[in-house]
Amino acid sequence: METITKTNRRDFLKLGLTATGGLVLGFHWSNTSASGLEVFNGASVPAGEINFNSFLSISPDDVITIFSPNPELGQNIKTSFPMIVAEELDADWKKVKVVQAALDTKRFERQLTGGSGAIPHSWERLRKAGATARHMLIEAAAKRWNTSSGSLTASNGYVIHSDGRKLTYGELATEASAIPVPTEVKLKDKKDFKLIGQAIHNVDNLEMITGKPLYGLDFYREGMLHAMIQRPASFGMKIKSVDAAAAKAMPGIVDVVTFKNNVAVVGKSTWEVNKARKVLKVEYEKEGNIESTSDHDRLFKELLDKPEATVRRKDGDVEAAFKSAATVIKREYQCPFLSHAPMEPMNFFAHVRADGVELVGPSQTPDRARMATATLLGVAPEKITLELTRLGGGFGRRLQADYALEAAELSSIIKAPVKVTWTREDDMMGGSYRPAVRYRFEAALDAKGNLIGYKLRGVGINAGNSTREDNFPSGAVENLLIDSIDHQSPITTGAWRAPITNFLAFAEQAFLDEVAVAAKKDPVQFRLDLLDKAKQSPAGAIKYDIDRMKGVINLAAEKSGWGKKKNLAQGFSVYFSHRSYVAQVAEVEMVKSKPVLKKIYAAADCGIVVNMSGAKQQVMGGIVDGLGHALYSQVTFKDGAVEQRNFNNYRLIRFNEVPDVEVHFVDNGIDPTGLGEPALPPTGGAVANAIFKATGKRVYNQPFTLQEEMKGVKLGEKM
Amino acid sequence: MAAYSINVNGESRNVDVASDTPLLWVLRDSLGLVGTKYGCGIAQCGACTVHVNGTAVRSCSLPVSAVGSSKITTIEGLSKDGSHPVQQAWMEVDVPQCGYCQAGQIMSAAALLSKTPSPNDQQIETAMNGNICRCGTYHRVKEAIVLASNKLK
Repeated sequence: METITKTNRRDFLKLGLTATGGLVLGFHWSNTSASGLEVFNGASVPAGEINFNSFLSISPDDVITIFSPNPELGQNIKTSFPMIVAEELDADWKKVKVVQAALDTKRFERQLTGGSGAIPHSWERLRKAGATARHMLIEAAAKRWNTSSGSLTASNGYVIHSDGRKLTYGELATEASAIPVPTEVKLKDKKDFKLIGQAIHNVDNLEMITGKPLYGLDFYREGMLHAMIQRPASFGMKIKSVDAAAAKAMPGIVDVVTFKNNVAVVGKSTWEVNKARKVLKVEYEKEGNIESTSDHDRLFKELLDKPEATVRRKDGDVEAAFKSAATVIKREYQCPFLSHAPMEPMNFFAHVRADGVELVGPSQTPDRARMATATLLGVAPEKITLELTRLGGGFGRRLQADYALEAAELSSIIKAPVKVTWTREDDMMGGSYRPAVRYRFEAALDAKGNLIGYKLRGVGINAGNSTREDNFPSGAVENLLIDSIDHQSPITTGAWRAPITNFLAFAEQAFLDEVAVAAKKDPVQFRLDLLDKAKQSPAGAIKYDIDRMKGVINLAAEKSGWGKKKNLAQGFSVYFSHRSYVAQVAEVEMVKSKPVLKKIYAAADCGIVVNMSGAKQQVMGGIVDGLGHALYSQVTFKDGAVEQRNFNNYRLIRFNEVPDVEVHFVDNGIDPTGLGEPALPPTGGAVANAIFKATGKRVYNQPFTLQEEMKGVKLGEKM
Repeated sequence: MAAYSINVNGESRNVDVASDTPLLWVLRDSLGLVGTKYGCGIAQCGACTVHVNGTAVRSCSLPVSAVGSSKITTIEGLSKDGSHPVQQAWMEVDVPQCGYCQAGQIMSAAALLSKTPSPNDQQIETAMNGNICRCGTYHRVKEAIVLASNKLK
């Protein structure tokens, strides 16, 4: 099907020549802040040259520059975004140069990384960026050859005449820039995609494997100062007094500055600052509640039994259904706080000058960092530039602007350019954690094993709504009640990759497995039957796509040989999150009477796969992430302080602990629906259900390996 | 502060730093070699892995005073242009996601293969367990090590 689509004027407001000639689509923007970089080699250009910021430029010497506006943290957007532009442009991928764009809200919408939303949001706009330029290049060639554009085609970086003549895009770029931007442009039939769907390698591979400066922590500039910040070790405490005399006397220390609850040690090198900080004498006093994990455990039990809660969804008459039930199943599941723990700790560079503010660093939400800085310092946002570095992971932590704001505030106080570096301990202790949550699920089955009633209550610590009330099996059960209660705590929490669903999916899919067993049904068939029921007689609103969910269930069952393997215990899980669907089958083998996780199959429906290499790794990485945190990781609090300080006692999954993973995609041709998060949520459930199948034991709390019922089990370790 | 002359990537480099400064921060802050990454500071994550006389060492926990005349190789010195077989394998397998840990992964893998060109699974696991990848690229790391091992044959 061909798509005729109107050009969004916002993306194509200005058409102009670059300094060296050539076609530029988008705004013409001069970068005022790119001088004197010592080590960092981001998207800057030498001072005096004009930098252009838009999706695409083509130089007369045939370099196709595609600007990638969204923060890159390992989701591979910097490769897949340009692929979409290049596809519709019919560019030669080998000639494409990808440049990370700085923050520029006038030219780019949604310049952030979160919610698995970048590709779905930009899919059509990127295609149009390529298709529009292609159209103009063809028109330019038609003019040059004095022929009609109908006799011309474009392919692999050339416009080709029916008589065989051809011109490179570079040769046509200057003339193409004089062609009016079309208001309507024809997009490719999806079956004609050449680049989209291929396994294209990461455009930054060479830089990454040779250790080039790419990340925020790699930013160094002549005259820049280094800083570390001492923050209260306990949530609920504030500074009472600071004695910085000894720290100030240490070698290499320039100043010690106290602001808000921060004591910043500023010096000439990272190590000197780190050493001086250890001799700071800071006293703290109570400011709010001082909470411990044992308090939360008690609180969860109270809240689960509280008569009132915020009702999130109510269908039918749930009390009547439970009264008439032949069987009632009631189970609770608890998850701990987690640290985001990206491998690159938090850091940001700031230089607050009289005439403006320069920020450089890793952020998932650069505009939030800029706007918050503007508010904090009382500086107009347009006087603040933000250069995006590559992010050494994010997982939601870098949605927050706190660490950028600290750098900006410190620079404004010391009136000098400064890079604030967090140690790993700072990162663990001063995080914004995945909230701890406890769930209670209740299911009512009639005498035939039909699910006639369903209740879910989520109680969390600063979790907001800890449920996802419209997710499956909502819509498939006539009588349903989902509610939640949130406890306000001084412990800061924030979105953590696949927020809420990163744990809720485990609880829900493990519970449904238990319900299926109680109903004496196969866990896969049980889910398919519920989905059929939702389709035939929906109970209330249905906010997921039943066919897409059935599609991944069937594909995962098929590829894993569900139910056909004799010596392996299989566990099933399926989850819809953000806009995509992923089903997983985990396989556990009993080795020397202990369960060993051998393999996980995944079937994903994210619509059209843009980059097969990036997409496969995104699913594999999501599974490793989901598995590792389900098995090993937790943050606990004692008197308001985090008990885990580094990777010696905050356990992340390691090399020898990953099972084989096999990834399959549903090929349904629908527009991409995102893949950064959806592969993570189903993993915990699939694994827990396989453990049950193998051992007869249910595991209800995370991390699995620290639970009583899993004592002595090294699930991930190869035997 | 004290003056040290250390051999990094085949060159003699002079630095004036406190004797307890970890090699990691000498490389990054003093010498501008930022390919070696800071991840934990306590030799738990492997992001800072370099070679000391050919052996994989966590540079965050090696004070500069202990370096002496040892030959240090960082990711920048593994090859000039990414042509080392391990780097080539990393490209071919398309290993990195965020990429932050990958220099350390590569240095651990290169040290392994230089001593054990055809490692078995257990040898690979022993060599690589000290390198955390938060993105979860472990499968591709393994694939790339096997590929690099074949390249070296």
